[in-house]
Amino acid sequence: MRRARPLPWLKPGVVVGALVPLGAILLRAWRGELGANPIAQALNQLGLVALVFLVAALACTPLKTLFGWTWPIRLRRMLGLFGFFYGLLHVSTYTVLDQGLDWRAVWADVTKRKFIYVGASTFVLLVPLAVTSTSGALKRLGYARWKRLHRLAYVATVLGVIHFLWRVKRDVREPIVYGTVLAVLLLVRLGTYLRVRLAASAN
Amino acid sequence: MTKLGTPPPASDVTPEPLYLRRREFVRNAALFTATSAGAGGSLLWLMSGRRAGKKSSRSKGNPVDLPVARQGTESTNESRTPYRDVTTYNNFYEFGTDKSDPAELAGTLRPRPWTVRVDGEVQKPQVIDLDQLLGWFPLEERVYRMRCVEAWSMVIPWLGFPLGDLLRRVEPTSRAKYVAFTTLFDPEQMPGQQRRVLDWPYVEGLRIDEAMHPLTLLAVGLYGKTLPNQNGAPLRLVVPWKYGFKGIKSIVGIRLVEAQPPTTWNLAAPHEYGFYANVNPAVDHPRWSQATERRIGELRRRPTLPFNGYAEQVAGLYAGMDLREFF
Repeated sequence: MRRARPLPWLKPGVVVGALVPLGAILLRAWRGELGANPIAQALNQLGLVALVFLVAALACTPLKTLFGWTWPIRLRRMLGLFGFFYGLLHVSTYTVLDQGLDWRAVWADVTKRKFIYVGASTFVLLVPLAVTSTSGALKRLGYARWKRLHRLAYVATVLGVIHFLWRVKRDVREPIVYGTVLAVLLLVRLGTYLRVRLAASAN
Repeated sequence: MTKLGTPPPASDVTPEPLYLRRREFVRNAALFTATSAGAGGSLLWLMSGRRAGKKSSRSKGNPVDLPVARQGTESTNESRTPYRDVTTYNNFYEFGTDKSDPAELAGTLRPRPWTVRVDGEVQKPQVIDLDQLLGWFPLEERVYRMRCVEAWSMVIPWLGFPLGDLLRRVEPTSRAKYVAFTTLFDPEQMPGQQRRVLDWPYVEGLRIDEAMHPLTLLAVGLYGKTLPNQNGAPLRLVVPWKYGFKGIKSIVGIRLVEAQPPTTWNLAAPHEYGFYANVNPAVDHPRWSQATERRIGELRRRPTLPFNGYAEQVAGLYAGMDLREFF
């Protein structure tokens, strides 16, 4: 008998869970429960969910390093793509609903306001990663080049946290939480890197 | 009917691999459901600002009707922002930094008994009980545009009296050049003050001519009723040509002074929030444009007007001033 793939429920479960925020936002919008300023509310929540997925995608490798779990690695591509998906919804909400497709106003925002510039950079960096997320693209690029390209995920996520931090008026607690989680994840990777280097130089 | 003791024919017996797969299927279905619920639930929790721990404290006392002596002549006839939006979406950091926090958490504020100290450069400094104050001045309804510095706006029917009427009554001296306002400081009534997001208590200020301007209102109500706690009960300032943060809430102190007083948002971020804070589409906030605004309830942004549309009445106050420098 063919052995079934392990954890066949994992990916479908995460896919459905990942669509819950979108469903919740649409349902609340439909029922008029997004508050007095629904566009701003949807914009903020979509951006936040995008950031959560980007951080989650970067958590997969450290989880393996720290606890030896391999199942998160199988989710990594999907988590990153959901980050891009919610980022796309966030950017669309901003350009279409918030700015009413007034491209001059959008351009002025992107060029004049550093928090929007940083946010736009985050999204632009995610585009090549989403495009090259397929196995075919990995083969075409070759693993080494693909890996180098996908290091942009670190840059994009750091910029995403900065975008969040610079947006808030005064209460920085929430961006600080995401920044801290991201810093811990990057430190774990730095630890791995240094261990490998030390081992190499010892030989 | 199957007779007891007669085994079913062999063809009816589920093959063992299939039997095992059925159990596996049930198990996988359960794990799938748990995974999606866990992932979805976590995301919803993160989206909610992780506010499960916050204790909700809505106002218990309902706003009561106030007698309206007259309709203000300066009222706009633009359509009014619904009461529900006015009372559930605003900034009042004394109750939290989210715009839905004040409505959720302002129940701890006790707007009675309440006194206001009026002192400084005046002939008749005094501590005034709020109910006494209400007896001094007939209440007018003024429907004003309210433009938040965050680029959203509302149209609110305030109820109150001109600040100038109160100031004249206490007789400012010739040294009174500015008016300094102070919000209540009481971290028990205002739990947001337990964290130093801002330098408490909230303070604001106006130049004396701005304070005496007939548009400047001390409000005690909105929509014909007393102010809900979250909107700055029992007494707040309304200066319709300035950004909303100038409208200090739950006032306990009004002092006339000689020098320009400190103001809370200016102390917090001097390059973003000035003392004057006049609504000005030509001077952007460093982080966002002030050229347009979203009127609550509308889809499309609308252009922001100089002095929030009150230029005719107030532009003269700033003749000769560079409003880019004095933002």
